[in-house]
Amino acid sequence: MSDHNQLSMAPEMPHHTETSTLEGKNKILGFWFFLGAETVLFACLFGTYLALRHSTMNNGPTSEELFSLPMVAIATLILLTSSLTSVLGILGMHRENLKSMLFWFGVTVLLGLAFLGLEIYEFIEYVHEGHTFTRNAFGSSFYTLVGTHGSHVLFGVIWITTLIYQGRKKGITKETAPKFYVASLYWHFIDVVWVFIFTVVYLLGMIS
Amino acid sequence: MYFLSGFVFFLIGGIEALLIRMQLIVPNNGFMVGDTFNQLLTMHGTTMIFLAAMPMIFGLMNVIVPLQIGARDVAFPFMNALGFWLFFVGGLLLNISWLFGGAPDAGWTSYVQLALNQYSPGPGIDYYVLGLQISGIGSMMGAINFLVTIVNMRAPGMTFLRMPLFTWTTFVTSALILFAFPPLTVGLLLLMFDRLFGSHFFDATGGGDPLIWQHLFWIFGHPEVYIVILPAFGIMSEVIATFSKKRLFGYSSMVFATVLIGFLGFMVWVHHMFTVGLGPMSNAIFGIATMAIAVPTGIKVFNWLFTMWGGRIRFTTPMLFAVGFIPTFVIGGMTGVMLASPPADFQYQDSYFVVAHFHYVLIGGTVFGLFAGAYYWWPKMFGKKLNETLGRWHFWLFLIGFHMTFLVQHWLGLWGMPRRVFTYQPGYGLEWGNQLSTAGALLMGVSIIFFLVNIAVTARRGEAADADPWDGRTLEWAIPSPPPEYNFAQLPLVRELDALWYEKMNGKKGVEPAEPLGSIHMPSPSYLPILMSIGFFIAGFGFVMRAIPAAVLGLIMVFITMFMRSFEHDPGYHIEPEEIEATEKGAKA
Repeated sequence: MSDHNQLSMAPEMPHHTETSTLEGKNKILGFWFFLGAETVLFACLFGTYLALRHSTMNNGPTSEELFSLPMVAIATLILLTSSLTSVLGILGMHRENLKSMLFWFGVTVLLGLAFLGLEIYEFIEYVHEGHTFTRNAFGSSFYTLVGTHGSHVLFGVIWITTLIYQGRKKGITKETAPKFYVASLYWHFIDVVWVFIFTVVYLLGMIS
Repeated sequence: MYFLSGFVFFLIGGIEALLIRMQLIVPNNGFMVGDTFNQLLTMHGTTMIFLAAMPMIFGLMNVIVPLQIGARDVAFPFMNALGFWLFFVGGLLLNISWLFGGAPDAGWTSYVQLALNQYSPGPGIDYYVLGLQISGIGSMMGAINFLVTIVNMRAPGMTFLRMPLFTWTTFVTSALILFAFPPLTVGLLLLMFDRLFGSHFFDATGGGDPLIWQHLFWIFGHPEVYIVILPAFGIMSEVIATFSKKRLFGYSSMVFATVLIGFLGFMVWVHHMFTVGLGPMSNAIFGIATMAIAVPTGIKVFNWLFTMWGGRIRFTTPMLFAVGFIPTFVIGGMTGVMLASPPADFQYQDSYFVVAHFHYVLIGGTVFGLFAGAYYWWPKMFGKKLNETLGRWHFWLFLIGFHMTFLVQHWLGLWGMPRRVFTYQPGYGLEWGNQLSTAGALLMGVSIIFFLVNIAVTARRGEAADADPWDGRTLEWAIPSPPPEYNFAQLPLVRELDALWYEKMNGKKGVEPAEPLGSIHMPSPSYLPILMSIGFFIAGFGFVMRAIPAAVLGLIMVFITMFMRSFEHDPGYHIEPEEIEATEKGAKA
C-alpha cells in the first residue's frame, strides 16, 4: 500500500493520472454526486413503471404476451461485456498505453451500438403487436423507462466517441484522463441500471 | 447576479401577491377574477419558490461559501455560470407566458387532472413544465458544484467541524437538492409526455394514476421547503453569533440538527396527502415523522436563544431581522405541528389556516433570513454598508405588515375561508379579516420600497466598508471588501472554529497564511454557458408552441455547445505575485 502511495505522489509519473490535479479530483467527485441524482431519477421511473405495468387497457398486449427472454438476454450479455471492455480501457490508461485504451473504448462503443440496434429492433416488434406509447399507461411507462435508459446509452456512445477522437489528438494527459475515467463511471452506471431493468421489467414481466 | 435577478423575480412575485390581496379586499370584487386570478396565484407561488427564494439563496452561497472555507473559487466556475443562465432562461420562459398565451393556472403544485390538456387547454402549463425543468437543471448543477467545493476545496485546517454554520447548511441543502430534484424532473417529464405526446401516466381513461404526480411532486416538494429554510437557519446562526459577540451555543448540536432536519425532510412528504385516502396507518406514520422534525428545529431555536444569553448584543439591522425571525418562525412551527396531526388536518386542509402557516414559515424563515443575510454581507459583496436608519424602517414596517397580513389568516381559515378562491360572499364575517390582511400586505410593499431606496442611496453615497465592518468571526471578514477576484492572496491556515475570531483573540491581526505567495491560476471567462442556455430556451419555447422543429433545433444547439465545451482547451491565465501585492496594497489603503 505504501509504495502505491509513493507512486501516486511522485510528480513525474502519477500512478492515477485522473486524480493528479484538483480539477480532475473535482470532476470525478462531482460526477459521483451526479450519479447519485441519476439513481433517484431512475428510481422514480421504476416506481412509476411498477405502479402502471398492469394497466393494459384499450386492448393492449400484456407483458407476458410481449417479452421474449432470449433476445433480452443477448442484449444484457452485450451490455455487460461492454462494461468489462471499458474497465480494460481504464487499465490501459493506468499503464499509460494510449493504443490499448483507445482500442478497448472503441470496442465499448461498438458493443453499445449493438445493444442499441437490438433495442430498436425490439421496440419495432412491440409496436407491430400493438404495444405503443399512447395506447395505455403500461405502454407509456414501459417506453419511458426503457427509452430513458436507451437514450442514456446513445448519449454514452456519442460521448465516448468524441473522447476517443480527443484521445487520439491529445493522448493521455492530466486533462483527458479524468474525462475517460468519468465516462467509464457513466458507462458502468448505465449497465447497473440495465441489470435492474432486466430484473424488474423483463423477469418480473414474464412471471406476473 | 444570482442574487440580483432573484430579487427582481421577488419583486414580480410580490406584485402578484399585492394584486391577489387587492382582489380579496371586499366581497364579490370584480378586479381580477377567474382565470386571471388563478394565473396570478400560480405564478406567485411558483415565482417565489423557484425564481426568488432559491436564486437569492444560491447567490449568497456563491459569494460566501468559498470565502468561509478559504477557497479561491467554487469547484466548477463554468458549470456555475451555466447553472445561473439556465435558471435565468427558465424563469424568463415562465414569465413570458404572461405575454404569449396565458400563464400557468393550476396552482404551484400543478395537480393533475387539472393540469392535463382536458382542463388546461392553453399553453400555460407547458410553460410551467418546461420553465421549471430548465431552471431545475440549473439548480442541480449549482448543488453539485457546492458539494464538491465544500468537500474538496476547504483551506488547510478547515475540518468539517470547523466549518461555519452557513457553509454547513449549504452543504446539507445541496444534498437535498441533489436528491429532491430528480423526482421533480421525472414528474415534469411525465406531465410533458401526457400533454404533448399523448401518453397516459396520469389519465385514468388510459390506465394512468393521478396519485403518481402527487407522490413525485411532494417527494420533491417537501424537501424543497427545507432547501429554502436551512440556508436561512445558517444565516441566522452567523448573524446571531457575530452580534452577540459569542461563539454559537451548541455548535455541534446545531450541525447535528441541520443534518437531521435534512434527513427527516425526505421522510414526510405524505403529510401533504393526508386526505387522499392512503389509510390511517400511513397517515399516522407520516404524521408522527412530521412532528419529529419539531425536535431538531427546537434544538436550533434554543441554541440561538442561549447564544444571545449573556452576550454583548448589538441591534444592527441584520440582528433585528434575526431576532424578529425567532418568534415569527416559532409561530409557524407551532401551526405546523397542529397540521401534522391527520385528524386535525382534515379540518384545516385547503383553508387559509394552511396559507397562514406556510407564509409564517417561508417569510418568517426564508425572507427574514435573506434580508438578514443581505444586510450582513452587503459590505462584503459590494464594499459599502447599507444605511442603518433606512434598514430599521424596512425591518419594522416589514415585521408589522407581515403579522397584520398573516396572523389574521389563521382565523380566516378557521372561520371557513378556503384557499385559492377569488372571492367570497358578504355577511359571513370574512370582510374585516381580509381587509386587515390586505392592509398588511401593502405595508410590506412599502417596506420593500425602503429597501430599494436604501440600495440606491448606498450605491450613490454610502460609506466604504473596511474588511471587517461588523467585527466578524469567520474567514470571509479576513480579506478586503469587496473581495479580489482570487479571494485569498494566500490560502489561510485554520486553527479553530470561528478562525478569524480565534486569531483576533490571540492578538493577531489576521489569519496566518498556509502557503507562500505565488502566482494564482484563474479560469478564462467563456460565452458558452449563455449559448447553451439560449439553446435550452429555444427548445423549451418550441415545445410550448408545439413547434417541434424549433424545439429540435434548440436541442441541437445545446449538444453542439456541449461538444464545443468538451474540445475547448482552457489554459486560463495566471495572476502573478507582483500584481497580487499591488492589489492587496490598494485594498488596504
